[in-house]
Amino acid sequence: MLDYDVIIIGAGVTGSAIARELARYSLRTAVVEKEEDVCSGTSKANSAIVHAGFDAVPGTWKAKLNVEGNRMMERLSQDLDFPFKRNGSMVLCFSEEEKPGLEKLLERGKTNGVEGLQIITGDEAREMEPSLSDEVVYALHAPTGGIVCPFGLTIALAENAAENGVEFLFNRSVDRIENTGEGYAVHTSKGDLSAKYVVNAAGVYADRIHNMVSENKIKIIPRRGEYVLMDKEAGGLVSHTIFQLPGKLGKGVLVTPTVHGNLLVGPNAVDLDDKENTATTAEGLDEIRQKALKSVKGIPYHLTITSFAGLRAHEENDDFIIGEAEDAEGFFDAAGIESPGLSCAPALGKYAAEMIAAKAGADKKPDFKGTRKGFIRAAELDPEERGKLIREKPEYGNIICRCENISEGEIRDAIRRTPGAVSLDGIKRRVRQGMGRCQAGFCTPKAMNILAEELHVDIHTICKNREGSEFLKG
Amino acid sequence: MKRELTCIGCPLGCALTVETDDGGEIHVTGYTCARGKDYAIKEVTCPTRIVTSTVPVEGGVISRVSVKTEHDIPKDKIFDVMNEIRRTSVSAPVRIGDTVIADCAGTGTAVIATKNVESL
Amino acid sequence: MLYHDIVIIGGGPAGLAAAAAAKEAGISDILILERDEMLGGILNQCIHNGFGLHTFKEELTGPEYAQRYIDRVLEEKISYRLHSMVIDISRDRQVTYINREEGLVRLQAGAVILAMGCRERPRGALNIPGYRPAGIYSAGTAQRLMNIEGYMVGKEVVVLGSGDIGLIMARRMTLEGAVVKVVAELMPYSGGLKRNIVQCLDDYGIPLKLSHTVVDIHGKERVTGVTIAQVGADRKPVPGTEEYYSCDTLLLSCGLIPENELSRQAGLEMDRVTSGPVVGDDLETSVEGVFACGNVLHVHDLVDYVSEEAARAGRQAARFVREPRKKEEKQDALLKGENGVRYTIPQHLNVECMDEQTVVRFRVDNIYRNKSIVVYFDGKEAVRRKKRILAPGEMEQIILKKSAFSSCPDVKEIRICLED
Repeated sequence: MLDYDVIIIGAGVTGSAIARELARYSLRTAVVEKEEDVCSGTSKANSAIVHAGFDAVPGTWKAKLNVEGNRMMERLSQDLDFPFKRNGSMVLCFSEEEKPGLEKLLERGKTNGVEGLQIITGDEAREMEPSLSDEVVYALHAPTGGIVCPFGLTIALAENAAENGVEFLFNRSVDRIENTGEGYAVHTSKGDLSAKYVVNAAGVYADRIHNMVSENKIKIIPRRGEYVLMDKEAGGLVSHTIFQLPGKLGKGVLVTPTVHGNLLVGPNAVDLDDKENTATTAEGLDEIRQKALKSVKGIPYHLTITSFAGLRAHEENDDFIIGEAEDAEGFFDAAGIESPGLSCAPALGKYAAEMIAAKAGADKKPDFKGTRKGFIRAAELDPEERGKLIREKPEYGNIICRCENISEGEIRDAIRRTPGAVSLDGIKRRVRQGMGRCQAGFCTPKAMNILAEELHVDIHTICKNREGSEFLKG
Repeated sequence: MKRELTCIGCPLGCALTVETDDGGEIHVTGYTCARGKDYAIKEVTCPTRIVTSTVPVEGGVISRVSVKTEHDIPKDKIFDVMNEIRRTSVSAPVRIGDTVIADCAGTGTAVIATKNVESL
Repeated sequence: MLYHDIVIIGGGPAGLAAAAAAKEAGISDILILERDEMLGGILNQCIHNGFGLHTFKEELTGPEYAQRYIDRVLEEKISYRLHSMVIDISRDRQVTYINREEGLVRLQAGAVILAMGCRERPRGALNIPGYRPAGIYSAGTAQRLMNIEGYMVGKEVVVLGSGDIGLIMARRMTLEGAVVKVVAELMPYSGGLKRNIVQCLDDYGIPLKLSHTVVDIHGKERVTGVTIAQVGADRKPVPGTEEYYSCDTLLLSCGLIPENELSRQAGLEMDRVTSGPVVGDDLETSVEGVFACGNVLHVHDLVDYVSEEAARAGRQAARFVREPRKKEEKQDALLKGENGVRYTIPQHLNVECMDEQTVVRFRVDNIYRNKSIVVYFDGKEAVRRKKRILAPGEMEQIILKKSAFSSCPDVKEIRICLED
């Protein structure tokens, strides 16, 4: 007997979205992830934008899934209790000559079904966003654009999938996949697994996974983007997500508030060979800082709290590869998922799950629970509620992270969930401990102790993220 | 023999040169005040340091207590002192000034606690 | 609502000294709110010696220095709460804090003294490119892990920044068996005390590279090395000067910033240079009855000065509780630092109400030799004092006597600058 009906490779936002949607069906599903936690690759380091959907060429997967994903996101954020905000976006142009570029986006957007799109003048734009550059001549305003917490979204999807029976297997990289006739044998770094169906949601590694079973080779290019994140003090500089007209390598440098109130600037785009190269560079950071200033005046870079880089899983032909591989029955791809992948995730998950369920002839489970309770954010409660919470659960009265006001209660909750945090980055992504302006200076020792206690392990084994990233040495 | 030192007496940080001639007499140049000269002579004749560290506490409200050598010890004994401190532990309660090691590494100097630790 | 005459936020050296002084000035109803598990603040992890030379005329370790003040607080039966985090201060001095036992508590304070200390500048603020692996610590975090928890953070270490904590940690890690390969400092001079450079680096043969910085961090999981390069006069790396150092740990000691969350949230007027609140000679902030002292006001070099300043805040808060003054009654002279003087504390002074003398503290922006500190009252020279050396790492001070204002009680501007 096969171990599972479906094995999903990759626990990023795409894998987690597919897992959550598959959980609606009577299928035994597992998610295999090479890192120690969900949301550890492309999903963790990106612009955190829910695009309106005017960018993609009509008829592409990107176009189809973006608009639908955008529409689904609000409801999903309520069902699964993660931060999402429809803050609207603008694409700027800086000369009369560029206006046709905006008009083209407007047309595309209309074709794709984006609602409320409108080209406005620079003055109108500045009225809505006083910090916009004086050079702005026109802007495409998209009221449906939004921002989301990519960790919040991915973790919510994964938790909800787990609650409905999906298993998550971490620290397992896939070395080889074999078609056994009755299904697939998935050879991992921690033993072999078998399943009738395999879903490839492996991000920048999706080409390797696909090419293990298919002769129609694909290539995923890791395209690095660097970002600068600023303190919440700077978060109010703009309320919309501010784009420039897209260039060849992507949507260009944006300036946006985050759902948590920080200000984010980035990304650039550099194609690499190394699928693990998330290093930032002095030149790259300079480039985005300069380019962003073209859009928005007075970006307070002295309030920078961190900079980071992520890898887009760019597919050569510039579209997602979704569906069953032609020469590998039962092997489904969700490959080349780069921007607007985050925005597409809800729709992609639904679409892929329906496809797999149809293939498997699986029925919907009557007992699927489609909602999930998010983490309590004690600092956001009103004083009476917060006092009541602490009386009931005293650990919410012990503040560990001073900058973000995160208590021991939130940290323990992050660890105790399924799938729960097993690293400090895992805690950070769930409840924002160490995400603030001191970047974990004070709370690292305390969070390490709590994690070691909860996991019943020696503190020397506590990692920042994957194995090998231990904090203590010697 | 000639040695170059930086005076630690004040922020001026005078660059001191200390020469010991064949007769064993010490000549200091580069100092601005008498403290600088005294410091230089001490540094070449018998340099000493206070060593501070921590040792584990058993049965205390916290797990470690800070300690120091009660007096300066010869500079070349620092690592001997550290080695002995590293092999030591104490039991709560501990009071500031309590002797942790009576004669540390043969220096004739005690290692004493610099923090109070109550019993659990 | 619960009431206390004086609520002190922070039980470190500043909060303790403020409490003791307020008590001495006749106020008994004092509450100290400390967020950590013990009184003493950051001194608990500063196990090295060298504290208290000014105050006690002897060399104490951090915990010993703290204990002197803790003992006074205990003897005076001043109440304090541990594990208690203040989450809000209102303009009318309502203080809200939380802890496990009491939940959320709101109380009214006659006066509030801010004494939350400071924090370290993190990597992000330094804009060091490269990977983001484990093994990058601010020096103070490493210090806590080693000295409080007893854990070793690394075996091969590079330190960026020659602030005192970085120097102290270079020695500490060496003593515990680590190899500290180099200390790189962006500036052409060290921000640390001479004594620390000699006794923490020279003693152990650790090189100090001035005008150098980290330009790349290597290692995907744990730090495997860093690249260091020389910087030019513009503080930008000079191409071709890159040098690779293999190491598993990078310690950052690149400056301290007042812990100003509450100060900002309470709406205090802030000083852009110090990142702390603006205060008068009575150490009162722009909000009536809210005082500030210690590193939350401006980063000090020696704890002795923290204690002294905090005691002043304690006395002034006590005075405020006894005879509250309205802000608008005050007509203050503004202090201005110029020509090498980066800032002054206080930022304004009330000639009529001031003590017999006021200590004005400031820092300079470079190393200066044989300069004079000159004070002008509305453009007229009032004080001139020669200094052999002034350095950014050391806090400077000049004393203004009340009697000096007898001829100009209505002075509007007090300018402090460096001259030849």
